[in-house]
Amino acid sequence: METNRYHRQILFAPIGEAGQEKLIRSHVLIVGAGALGSSSAEALTRAGVGQLTIIDRDYVEESNLQRQQLFSEADVEQKMPKAVAAKQRLSGVNSHVKIDAIVGDAEIDILRQIVPETDLIIDATDNFETRLLLNDIAQKYQKPWIYGAVVASYGVTFTVLPEKTPCLQCLQEYIPANGATCDSVGIIQPVVQKVVSQQVTEALKLLTGNEAALSGKLISFDLWKNEHTEMEAAALRKPDCPSCSSKRSYPNLAYNSRLKTAVLCGRNTVQLRPNRKRADLDEVAKELQKNKQIKLFQNPYLLSFEVDSFRIVLFQDGRALVHGTMDQLEAKNIYHRYLG
Amino acid sequence: MKITVNGNGLEIQEEVKHIKGLIDFLELEDKPLIIEHNQQILQKEEHERAVLENGDKVEIVHFVGGG
Ligand SMILES: [Zn+2]
Repeated sequence: METNRYHRQILFAPIGEAGQEKLIRSHVLIVGAGALGSSSAEALTRAGVGQLTIIDRDYVEESNLQRQQLFSEADVEQKMPKAVAAKQRLSGVNSHVKIDAIVGDAEIDILRQIVPETDLIIDATDNFETRLLLNDIAQKYQKPWIYGAVVASYGVTFTVLPEKTPCLQCLQEYIPANGATCDSVGIIQPVVQKVVSQQVTEALKLLTGNEAALSGKLISFDLWKNEHTEMEAAALRKPDCPSCSSKRSYPNLAYNSRLKTAVLCGRNTVQLRPNRKRADLDEVAKELQKNKQIKLFQNPYLLSFEVDSFRIVLFQDGRALVHGTMDQLEAKNIYHRYLG
Repeated sequence: MKITVNGNGLEIQEEVKHIKGLIDFLELEDKPLIIEHNQQILQKEEHERAVLENGDKVEIVHFVGGG
């Protein structure tokens, strides 16, 4: 171990040499590489976790730079997938951390492969469908996961421990109805850092064998309104919960048999996931170039083109983002017109 | 009467009698809320029965989705 790099962290008594050794042997999955994911990935990379897997389905856009700390203007120009851009940046921060970048949806097949190998999951997603899926897979493989979410100047976080705390399914009645979380109210950057401070500190406690120091509380704050709330969550555990009780059936694993289309939160964008598996970007580009009206952009990970008032981004894994609409039917029509 | 909501003091009028009244007063009735009244988490059907008294502590949390 390079003791100098982690010197200050090892001096911190609850971690010490033994805790640092544990960190170096640990593997963390971060789901989402937006604001929360960027920040916690950087913190854990600097702290020296052994392995980090980052899953994200999106690419870097200009409006991300205000709060997504791993990305640069060059990433915007090159339309870099967030997971790939994150890996590039993080490798320069700490080359000793093994970083796996996955460009795609956090879907059940991928999670089934990765989650059993990880020590914990950090939630940095922007939707509850994925969180419920994470919840059930974490329960199934008995892994802790750390919920975190932000909007405006408000943040909320909770550490879900198998067999110990309520799970997200126990709290299902408190999940806002679909769409209500799509923020039209914006966000300020410091609230990201505050939620990530909580999430990463909880992760460090878990990874270094300091479970007794975990908060056990549902924590929320509004930085602008100067509010801070902590709530003992144990009472919210449901004895008949379908995800964490003895009668469990993991409804979110069964139900999530691939959502084919999804409207992306507050983005005026629809994601389509057609049946065909991977896309041959070069082939598609060659076809599209026949149409002189179309403005094309290509990098090794995706193909982007503009037509009428829409922009379509096709990824290697076959997914397409149709920007400029929130209408799933319209998005499908455009997709079929240009991508068959 | 004066109560504490999410750590901050709040002066409320006589007509705010219980937790449900407080939710309406704060205009939070549209959101699913987790509410703790004097360190006791309430079920939704208890909101009207939970009478507020001077010095009470109320914590209100709601989930959001953004990341
Ligand atoms: Zn549960």
